[in-house]
Amino acid sequence: MHVDPFDSYRAGNSLIHELDPRPKLLFTLAFIISTTLLPDGAWLSLALAFMTVLGISLIARLPLGYAIKRSLLALPFTLAALTVIFVVPGQPLLTMSIGPWTLRPTDAGLIRFASIVSRSLISVQMAILLTATTPFPDLLHAMRHIHVPRSLVAIISFMLRYLFVLVDEALRLLRARSARSAGERPTRGILWQAQIAGHMAGQLFVRSFERSDRIYDAMLARGYTGYLYTLHTHIIQRRDWLAAAGAVIILSVIQLAAHLP
Amino acid sequence: MPVYHPRPSSAALPPLTEARHTPVIEVSHLHFSYADGHKALHDITFSIHAGEKVALVGPNGAGKSTLMLHLNGILGGDDHVRVYDLPTIKANLPRIRALVGLVFQNPDDQLFSPTVLEDVAFGPLHMGLPEADVRQRVQAALAQVGMSAYAQRLSHHLSVGEKKRITIATVLSMQPELLALDEPSAGLDPRARRQLIELLRQLPQTMLISTHDLLMVGELCPRALIIDTGRLVADGNTAEILSDAQLLHSHGLELPHIPATLRFPGPVTVSGSS
Repeated sequence: MHVDPFDSYRAGNSLIHELDPRPKLLFTLAFIISTTLLPDGAWLSLALAFMTVLGISLIARLPLGYAIKRSLLALPFTLAALTVIFVVPGQPLLTMSIGPWTLRPTDAGLIRFASIVSRSLISVQMAILLTATTPFPDLLHAMRHIHVPRSLVAIISFMLRYLFVLVDEALRLLRARSARSAGERPTRGILWQAQIAGHMAGQLFVRSFERSDRIYDAMLARGYTGYLYTLHTHIIQRRDWLAAAGAVIILSVIQLAAHLP
Repeated sequence: MPVYHPRPSSAALPPLTEARHTPVIEVSHLHFSYADGHKALHDITFSIHAGEKVALVGPNGAGKSTLMLHLNGILGGDDHVRVYDLPTIKANLPRIRALVGLVFQNPDDQLFSPTVLEDVAFGPLHMGLPEADVRQRVQAALAQVGMSAYAQRLSHHLSVGEKKRITIATVLSMQPELLALDEPSAGLDPRARRQLIELLRQLPQTMLISTHDLLMVGELCPRALIIDTGRLVADGNTAEILSDAQLLHSHGLELPHIPATLRFPGPVTVSGSS
C-alpha cells in the first residue's frame, strides 16, 4: 500500500533539473521575498514575475500549466484577504446591503485584493517549480548548506520519510473501521463519530510515538551519537554561477519595474 | 539526511587486537527488567564463536527482541554481555556497534533516511570513515545483497522484500563480525523468503537469527537456542531440538507439516482444464 500524493518531483534532465540545489533554493527564496514585497498594482512587475515562472517551466520542459494548476490549491487561503476589498479607503464602486450590514467595495480595495492574490499565486508557483525539478533529499542537503538549523532539517527529513508510513497507517485504520461498520450508515450522530475519530487520532499518536522509539534504537545501533553526517553530493559549477547571475538580473528588473515612475 | 561535514572525533577505530579464539558474543547471567517492572530476561547465559550461525527461537513475548537489543548495548550496558571480551559499557559502544550489526524486524524502523544510499551510508559515516571509504563500502554492501541498482531510490517506494535486503546492507556496510537479525523472514512471500535464506547462507558473518520460521532454522543454523518467558530453556544441535516435538510444543513452537488431507497421490489437475 503506497500513497504518494506528496511526491512532487518530476524527473527530467533539463538545465533546471541539473543545476545545483543551493542556487535554486536561494533563488526561490529571493524570488518569493521579491514578489511579496511588490507594491499594490505593480502589474508590469507581476507580469514579469509570472513570465519568469513560465520561462522556467519552459526550460525545465514541464507542461506550461503545471505550476498554475497546482498553485490553485493555495487559492482558498488567499480568500482570507477578501475583506480588504471593503475596508481599504477609496472610491466606492457600489453599495450592497446584506441584512443589517452595508458593504461598499472600493477601487483601492479591489486593486489590493487582486495584488495579494497574484503575489501569493506567483510565489507558490515558483515553490512548486522548485520541488518539481529538485529531488527532496537534495533540497534537504541544500538547506543544511545554507545553514538552516540542523534539527529543523532533521525534522523535515523524518517528516518526508514517515509521512507516507503514517498516511498508510491512517488508511489502514480507516479501512478497519469501515470493515467493521458492516455497511450501516453512521446514523449515531456527530458525537459518536467524533469519538471514533478521536480514538483513531490517539491510536496514530501512540503508534508514532512507539515507532519513534524503535527508529531511535535503530539509529543508535548504527553509531548515532547526536550528530547527523551526510555525504557531499553537490559541487557548484560554472553554469550554477551563470544561473545565479541571471537570477539576480531578473529579480532586479522586476523590482526596478515596480519602483521606477 | 542533513549534512554535517566535520568528521566525528572517534575517527578510525583501532583494529581488534584480541585473539580470535575468544567468543564473538559472551552473555553471562544476564537479567533485565523494563522500567514498568516487567521482568523480561532471567539469568541468560550462552556464547557464540566466530563463524557460527545460531537460531534464537521462542514464542511471541519470550524476550527475543529484548535479548537482541542487549547485544550492542542499546539495552543493559554492563559486563554481562561481552563482545570480543569488551563489556558493553558506554566507552566501548562505538567499537561494539561497528562489530555487531543489528537488523530490526520492521524495515520501516531501520530505513529512516530519504534515499537507500543515505541509509546504507549512515553506519560508516557515523563510524567516522572518510568519504571515499564510505562510498566504496556502500557499493560493496549493496552489491552483496544484490541491490546495486537501488542506491538512488526512495525507501518508501520499495517492496517489503527489497526493504529487507536493504536493511541487511545498512549493517553490512559497517563490516560487522556478528549479524543479529530479528525475524528476518517475517512477512515475506515464499520467493522473497527463499532469496533471503540464500543471501544469509552466502554471508560469511557470524549470525544470531531470532525467528519462528523453524524450517529456515533447519536450513541455515546448525545450532539453536530456545527462549521462553525470558529464560533460556534449550541450547544445542538444531536437528535434535527440532525433532523433539514435546520440547517444541511445551514452548509454544511447532514444526510446520502438511496435513494428510493435502497429500495428493498424483499431480494436481485443475478441473475444467483438459
